[in-house]
Amino acid sequence: MPLVELRNVSKVYHLGGEEIRALDDVTLDIETAEFISIIGPSGSGKSTLMHILGCLDSPSQGTILLDGVMIHNASSRELAAIRNRKIGFVFQFFNLLPKLNVLQNVELPMIYSGVGGKVRHERAMHALEQVGMANRAKHRPSQLSGGQQQRTAIARALVNNPRIIFADEPTGNLDSHTGEAILQLFRNLSQEGRTIILVTHDPEIAAVTPRRIEIRDGKVAEKVDIKLAGLDRAPIPTAGDITSLPDACR
Amino acid sequence: MRAAEEIRHTRAQFGIVLVAGLREIWAHKFRSLLTMLGIILGVSSLVAMSALVAGMEKGAKEALVAIGGLEKIRVESQELPPDQRHLTDQAVGITINDVYALAKNSTLVTRLSPEMRLPATLSANGKTFRPWLCNGVWPVALEMSEHVIAHGRMINDIDDEMARNVCVIGTATRDQLWGSPEEIGREIIPVGETVYINGMPFVVVGLFQHYESEQDRKERLARELAPPEAPGGGVARDRGRRFGGRRGNFVFHLKNSTVYLPLNTVWMKFRSGLSFSGLGSSFQSVGGAGGATGDPRLSTLEMRIAGVEVLTEALQQVRNVLMSTHKGIEDFSFRTQEDWAEQINVFIRNARLSGVLIAGISLLVGGIGIMNIMLASISERVREIGIRKSVGASGADVFVQILVESVVIAVFGGIAGLAASFGLVQLLASVSPTENAPIVQASSLLIAFGFSALVGVLAGVFPAIKAARLNPIQALRYE
Ligand SMILES: Nc1ncnc2c1ncn2[C@@H]1O[C@H](COP(=O)(O)OP(=O)(O)OP(=O)(O)O)[C@@H](O)[C@H]1O
Ligand SMILES: [Mg+2]
Repeated sequence: MPLVELRNVSKVYHLGGEEIRALDDVTLDIETAEFISIIGPSGSGKSTLMHILGCLDSPSQGTILLDGVMIHNASSRELAAIRNRKIGFVFQFFNLLPKLNVLQNVELPMIYSGVGGKVRHERAMHALEQVGMANRAKHRPSQLSGGQQQRTAIARALVNNPRIIFADEPTGNLDSHTGEAILQLFRNLSQEGRTIILVTHDPEIAAVTPRRIEIRDGKVAEKVDIKLAGLDRAPIPTAGDITSLPDACR
Repeated sequence: MRAAEEIRHTRAQFGIVLVAGLREIWAHKFRSLLTMLGIILGVSSLVAMSALVAGMEKGAKEALVAIGGLEKIRVESQELPPDQRHLTDQAVGITINDVYALAKNSTLVTRLSPEMRLPATLSANGKTFRPWLCNGVWPVALEMSEHVIAHGRMINDIDDEMARNVCVIGTATRDQLWGSPEEIGREIIPVGETVYINGMPFVVVGLFQHYESEQDRKERLARELAPPEAPGGGVARDRGRRFGGRRGNFVFHLKNSTVYLPLNTVWMKFRSGLSFSGLGSSFQSVGGAGGATGDPRLSTLEMRIAGVEVLTEALQQVRNVLMSTHKGIEDFSFRTQEDWAEQINVFIRNARLSGVLIAGISLLVGGIGIMNIMLASISERVREIGIRKSVGASGADVFVQILVESVVIAVFGGIAGLAASFGLVQLLASVSPTENAPIVQASSLLIAFGFSALVGVLAGVFPAIKAARLNPIQALRYE
């Protein structure tokens, strides 16, 4: 069974009588340990898709199964619990709490899952070691570079050992060199077997992932890079309805 | 209730939430302090007002005991009701006959004390004094009016029967005629001395004890124990002196300036100079002191009944007896201490109400202040709330976080208010009369503190619900 099953999912916004279909009848599957990029021009619905996959938002129509749980009609309390245990987010603007230090920021998700002080500290330090930030544990976000802040955010996303990590334009606010390092970090995490979904409008970044989901005006089209996929691991069992539209391949 | 529901669903440990709240408050020290001010005022005024009322209550109770308690009833002369006006000539007033009739027929009356008031001027030792009360009484008056003989004896039945020229005086009279202990440095006991009452010589056979409030007694003992003061100290002592040389409650002063003579003595020797208190005096003087029946006419008749619980029945009984002895003419009325106690109760209730009102308004204003600052705080922290939600904070977690901050502010305000209330009580104590010195009660501290916490909860609920309902996506986008 796939980790995520989206069936005919739509998200409709109503703005002053006008109907905006941010997602239009999207159907797709995501398997455990996949490394996927969601790519498309600005306003195409990438973030919307990520929010719905990440349990920050609910679809207007369609069904979603995440890790065997139906989430399309879950209550906000249930969604919060799923976000807490199964999902990690990395944002373009890092989104660290400025009043907390690096360690406290990484501990934050565990506070909401009720992990005790000692275990919390150990797990946060372990996550910081994974991203190479253990030596900065006591620093405030304002004392860190952009790349360091993003590493801290990645540690926070990792710390509750989630089923999927979502990253919305994680390199968008970084210079190309630092961005490259962050991408490398994601690649390493992917090789460790984590499921990672990168949202980007940059084809160069999308090029590092074996599977690309293209969005245009709320509709998805897919391309699987067999070579990349084959290089990294055994061929991905493709979902039955994968289509390769000509204009989706670049 | 929604709040309780929310709190049950939070997984975060309370300690962490509390620390986060404290950190938030500490980050805005000055703002938090200003916010607390309303609560500080509310709590301290609540404590101070209830201390003030408690002080007044205690003073009033002491005074009530000093004048004889609730079981005491006074019968007084009264002008006739309109439908009986034509019978004025036949109104006899309250006489010694009534006393005998009541003694025989009123089972609920345990003590009867007839009194005949004499407007008197006392002179002795080259000085004169007009006491507040100079009454011809029976020996039972001692017990009736809660008097205590300190030196000598009370007038007795033989004094009364033989109409002897003896009297018992209080310390105020003694102070006026012979000097107070403070002035002359030793206590004079004028038992055996002669005093002229309206020109007639009387022997002082007894001296009442000095009556004073708890507070005054403590202060006096403290003064007496203190080492002799420097010459300048006398000024401060004089300043506190009222009512015949000693500071104190008016009731206690009146009691101290009481003079008792045997009833018969007053009747036999001062016949022409009697005064009849009450509304009836104008018409009673027409008939002369002898009255229509020739009985000695009393100024008041005091009685004690079997208990407060039978007050109504006792009054009815006395009324029936008096109606028959007065041939149906209602020229008397009753005065119970209950009227007086009721007046005091009403006054205290009003004082308490206005105190509660003041404190309530302060707490309300304080609560509005807290709510205002919490609303400002959450709109400053929309992004923070969005981040917390994105890592898995539920609405309940956010709700509890905001509520805890609100309650912590209120509780700190409450604690500061309790501290401030002690200062306020000191201030009130220095301006209020001694017998009503404010009394801080532990229960009022507890209640005031409880209210501050309650205000924190109430003020926090709305902002907390607002924060809990924030949409995480919009909150994350918020700049
Ligand atoms: N809350 C909202 N209300 C109304 N319309 C919305 C809302 N959120 C998104 N949209 C619309 O949905 C469409 C998709 O938005 P989305 O943020 O998913 O785009 P995107 O692909 O992430 O773009 P970008 O690359 O600029 O981030 C846009 O047309 C946007 O205007
Ligand atoms: Mg976007």
